Amino acid sequence: MNENVEMVATTGGRKTRSQLGEVLFRLRKSPLAMFGLAVVLILIFCALFADVIAPHSYSKQNLSHMFEAPSRQYLLGTDEFGRDILSRLIYGARVSLQVGFIAVGIALFVGGLLGAVSGYYGGWIDNGIMRVMDVLLSIPQTLLAIAIVAALGPGLFNLMVAVGITSIPRFARLMRASVLSIKGMEFIEAARAMGASHTRIILMYILPNCMAPLIVQSTLSVANAILFAATLSFLGLGIQPPFPEWGGMLSAARPYLRNSAYMSIFPGLAIMITILALNFLGDGLRDALDPKQKR
Amino acid sequence: MIRYIVRRVLFLIPVLVGVAFCVFTLLYLTPGDPARMVLGDLATESALQEFRAKEGLDQPYLVQFGNYLYKAVFHGDIGRSYVTKRPVMSEILVAFPYTLKLAAFAMVIAILVGVPCGILSAIKQYSIFDTLTMIFAMIGLSMPVFWLGLLLIILFSVHLRWLPSSGFDTFQAMILPSVALAAQSISMVTRMTRSSMLEVIRADYIRTARSKGQKESIVIWVHALRNALIPVVTLCGLQFGHLLSGAILTESIFAIPGVGRLMVDAIKTRDYPMVQGGVLFVAVAFSIVNLLVDLLYAYIDPRIKAQYR
Repeated sequence: MNENVEMVATTGGRKTRSQLGEVLFRLRKSPLAMFGLAVVLILIFCALFADVIAPHSYSKQNLSHMFEAPSRQYLLGTDEFGRDILSRLIYGARVSLQVGFIAVGIALFVGGLLGAVSGYYGGWIDNGIMRVMDVLLSIPQTLLAIAIVAALGPGLFNLMVAVGITSIPRFARLMRASVLSIKGMEFIEAARAMGASHTRIILMYILPNCMAPLIVQSTLSVANAILFAATLSFLGLGIQPPFPEWGGMLSAARPYLRNSAYMSIFPGLAIMITILALNFLGDGLRDALDPKQKR
Repeated sequence: MIRYIVRRVLFLIPVLVGVAFCVFTLLYLTPGDPARMVLGDLATESALQEFRAKEGLDQPYLVQFGNYLYKAVFHGDIGRSYVTKRPVMSEILVAFPYTLKLAAFAMVIAILVGVPCGILSAIKQYSIFDTLTMIFAMIGLSMPVFWLGLLLIILFSVHLRWLPSSGFDTFQAMILPSVALAAQSISMVTRMTRSSMLEVIRADYIRTARSKGQKESIVIWVHALRNALIPVVTLCGLQFGHLLSGAILTESIFAIPGVGRLMVDAIKTRDYPMVQGGVLFVAVAFSIVNLLVDLLYAYIDPRIKAQYR
């Protein structure tokens, strides 16, 4: 009897991991994905504890320290009002991540719901929803976001809504495709035979099986959303000063390219590293979540 | 083929109506009274009433949309600028050639750089060249256009003084904006060419070509490339559409008087008809480019044509 128990526990001679553990194990094998994850964690840390980490205030003007090149006191220099650029970048992470996550949250919720309904019910509902998505997709994303913010007015909330709306079609299509591939499977048939309602089938059986592509798309979309937020702020449509936003900081640095180039280098670098990290993480997750790559 | 073309063109109509509907609705939702915006703050109430009646602004929402669509389709009238008081369409038509030229230049650069890099990367998979190309491609994808534009200006205009930082009239002036705009497309084209080439060179017919003793260069450049380029053509078409909208940022950085610049200036002065007109115009151009790409795709890939026989 004892022997039996031991045999079961050591079957295959390998440690059994939970699903999450398995994904993390596979993610760890990709150095680029780990770099991405590390950068994202650092950014989240900066966003959460900006008040503690930032060496200076993001808004306090200090006219005796204007346009100071990077030094020991101001690691990344100061801007046209003598504000510390490093501190502004750290606070800027707060806005960027907020926009990124909330905008993608909106897109994930609305797009996922529309896609699930569309794929599950099919017929004219599917046709109707997908044609609307086609129309949204036929307007270039930047343009649509600009049009929406121009209509709603600038500001953090409107920025998130605009970026969120422009990402909805991608999630809807992805969700629909996943639902279509899953809904014909036997276990769904079995659930239906047991008398499960449509809502229960979608939420309990279909949704958990669509998670992998949605997670990957979400990670890549956060990168996209951060880029859009920066773009709109650069055009003067996003966060309004004095609150720091990376795109807005770049826009403010434009008149000083000749003498204070560092003012436009660091915010851009922050945007690029963030997006690069999220893209690496997204690619890594795509591989890690793919059951075909399981070893 | 004709059936396919007709189908695709007919399919474009509901999409364009949908785009017009979105744009119209956004314009409808914008705060402020259009009559007041056009006539100014000093206009009397009766003048405002008269203007609303004349322009149909007192009509129900859907009737207004019908009028908007009718005027856009049959008269090319998509509103009047609040600021210059001129028709939006005529302003856009003056600016559009600049945008088109910029996007076309960027597209040429993207193809000239991206396709060879992608092919070489695929042929020499896992080499240093391949690794470096892929890293640069990833950086190119993550780099905001407006930042790259600023960096190029800092380097080539401010420090080296080789190229001008604004304008679009001379060849020298066109280089920086086109390169800045092309960066992302170069990365996309390179990645797509590489992966598509990798897929093709593993195909059986390539092994056959090699096994009958064909020269490697002919195998790659004649046998493989033709098939590998099919998805690249589609991507280029899609990219061209994105370049048209990406030009908005590039134009505003390099002070090029194109549609993007027009729109950005309009945003600053709250000239909504101009913003929405610009969005509508570029979205329609984008859809038409996509249609042309689909048709071109059907032309090069006989499998698509065959579906509509």
